[in-house]
Amino acid sequence: MTEMNMIQSLNSALDSLLDKHDNVVIFGEDVGYFGGVFRVTSGLQEKHGKHRVFDAPLAEGGIAAIAFGMGLNGLRPVAEIQFADYIFPAYDQIVNEIAKLRHRSGGEFSTPVTIRTPAGGGIKGGHHHSQSPEAQFTHTPGLKVVYCSNPRNAKGLLTSAIECNDPVIFFEPKRCYRGPFYGDPHNVPTWKGHEDGDVPEGYYALPLEEARVVREGSACTVISWGTMVHVAQKGIEESGIDAELIDLQTLLPWDRDTVVNSVNKTGRCVIVHEAPKTSGFGAEMSASIQERCFWHLEAPIERVTGWDTPFPHTTEWDYLPSPGRIAAAIKKTQEV
Amino acid sequence: MTEGGKGTMEPYTVPTAPFRPGDEADFGGPWKEQPGDLSRPDPVTCEASETHDHAHGLVRVLGDDDTASGAWNPELDAETLIKGLELMMRLRIFDDRMIKMQRTGKLSFYMRSLGEEAIAIAQTMALDDTDWIFPSYRQPGAQFVRGRDMVSMICHCIGNTEDNIRGRQMPVHYSWKEGYFISISSPVGTQFSQAVGVAMASAYKGDDQATITWVGDGTSAQGDYHYGLNFASVFKPPVILNVVNNQWAISTHRNVATGGENFAARGLAYGIPSFRVDGNDFLALYSVTKWARERARAGKGATHIEVYTYRAGGHSSSDDPSIYRPGDESECWPGGDPVDRLKKHLIEIGAWTEKKDEKLAQQIDDEVMAAYKEACTFGDLANGPYPPASTIFTEVYETVPWHVQEQREELGK
Repeated sequence: MTEMNMIQSLNSALDSLLDKHDNVVIFGEDVGYFGGVFRVTSGLQEKHGKHRVFDAPLAEGGIAAIAFGMGLNGLRPVAEIQFADYIFPAYDQIVNEIAKLRHRSGGEFSTPVTIRTPAGGGIKGGHHHSQSPEAQFTHTPGLKVVYCSNPRNAKGLLTSAIECNDPVIFFEPKRCYRGPFYGDPHNVPTWKGHEDGDVPEGYYALPLEEARVVREGSACTVISWGTMVHVAQKGIEESGIDAELIDLQTLLPWDRDTVVNSVNKTGRCVIVHEAPKTSGFGAEMSASIQERCFWHLEAPIERVTGWDTPFPHTTEWDYLPSPGRIAAAIKKTQEV
Repeated sequence: MTEGGKGTMEPYTVPTAPFRPGDEADFGGPWKEQPGDLSRPDPVTCEASETHDHAHGLVRVLGDDDTASGAWNPELDAETLIKGLELMMRLRIFDDRMIKMQRTGKLSFYMRSLGEEAIAIAQTMALDDTDWIFPSYRQPGAQFVRGRDMVSMICHCIGNTEDNIRGRQMPVHYSWKEGYFISISSPVGTQFSQAVGVAMASAYKGDDQATITWVGDGTSAQGDYHYGLNFASVFKPPVILNVVNNQWAISTHRNVATGGENFAARGLAYGIPSFRVDGNDFLALYSVTKWARERARAGKGATHIEVYTYRAGGHSSSDDPSIYRPGDESECWPGGDPVDRLKKHLIEIGAWTEKKDEKLAQQIDDEVMAAYKEACTFGDLANGPYPPASTIFTEVYETVPWHVQEQREELGK
């Protein structure tokens, strides 16, 4: 085990897979010589060669299309979209092409593309460096959607995403690259000393489609992913209620059994995500939970989310779910 | 598969920047292209094919001896030239002050126009006052030409209570309708094809308004750049389409944006007259833009311009170019510095002195500082006040729908 922040652990995952598989190639804007604007690919070009780790032209649609073609023809491409907000020029290639190739060709062709992209708010990024567009992809059959939350699961899940034969959209909560975030912009710790900052060296995989129980509890089930896992942890503390916290990790297909078992146990549920509420992934979970857990539910399912507005710059702390809002929602489930 | 490994051939070409840290940058000495090399075709009757040499050459007016000459010399009077110099100096001094504020934690982020000041200033000066400006984040200087109050600009960069866009976007993402300056968006290149639509609307309405827009060399790889050229080629609206080739897209050299050497000539394939212009030559930029404006006014459609320049600063305050290019690369650029070149020309023609220059710089710096202090009276980054949280919910739609209203009440601010 080595102490790593999330940037180092992602870099370590990529490095080990470049070593393990000759057909892994990594590309995107500024990822080659420079090593990426967040430095996730730092040093990889120098070590593995410039045809395996390289700068792409500034064209997300082109990046996704090239990945499609490489994956179809035997490579295992890992493309970086510099910010999730900039993934939309690639949306057609991802949704209509990458996601559907296996099905449309009757299983003759497939393309094991992984698209890594930093997502989410909390860095004063305004409209276009803050969004968390997971729901735009969970609505697309054929994709797997993963959202890591700490250095250890970042490495383990990215490894499995790259080795997965289906295309994976891999969201990295950029607010948590250098440390967990508990909702207080004036008190931002690093990963140093955090148990999930201890990461195995070399090859390390964690299974996709499995959620992680961060904290066991009996009074309420709190479900989240990405940065909000940590904010929810703080919210549970503030509520003083013995809530169970589940980090979903893979959103599509999601670990329904873990969630259903927990909600059947607690009878109460709060879903937390930073993306807007309407048609957010919390809506899908809420619907599925009531289908499976209706007779066990003691209170309406609560959602604590970003607002149904564009992501703001100056007022982002009033936009993102706060520990206070999460604590209030947990308490509300206890009132019934 | 690597060099010297399993084989000596790379499997495909991955371009390398010509110079990296530790290398000595060498652009081959002064420009070979000289003022007077290129004719000035009639903007009304010109066909794209007549601009072959202009797309492959370099339109210059200011020579290495600081004099102005050639068919593209716009023959501007000294007063206009001094105005241009003053505006470029204002932009640079403003940027310097703002980047200092960012470095000391008084702005969250900033982007300078360093080395590219002539672009927004000269090109906007060559337009009519009501022409549409559809900028990228590297042309905020157009606002100085149209007289935007610096206090208002700084309030936006702080995101305080007087920010006209209510703290919604990152610094430098200005919007200023009064100046026909369209809201800047972070996703690169989107404005380029949108500008063609703006120009088509002007033509539809019969307004004598042209639209000018810019993308960078890196962004010319985006679909939007090609959509814009193609729609402009088909519908021939009054639009001026610029590619600012400043050599760098963050860390990525222009040789990753195109496998060719030339950006301007791409326009010829679309049937659009195309020019490659020395982007650090105020007079050449002014003159070519004036030509494009005349063509637009005559209803003859678009002009495509490669503005050949060098990004002397970092991409943004978040960028450190010393990691990926030689520290002195900008000083080796044969095009020199745009502010310095116009100043030397004005001195050469006897219309300016170093003493006047120093005095003006001091005066502008004082004005910028005063504007910054005034802007902070409406809220500074550390302490606010900021726009109220209720502004999250307004102007999402024309009127606030029920579901947004409910969420506003839930926030309770």
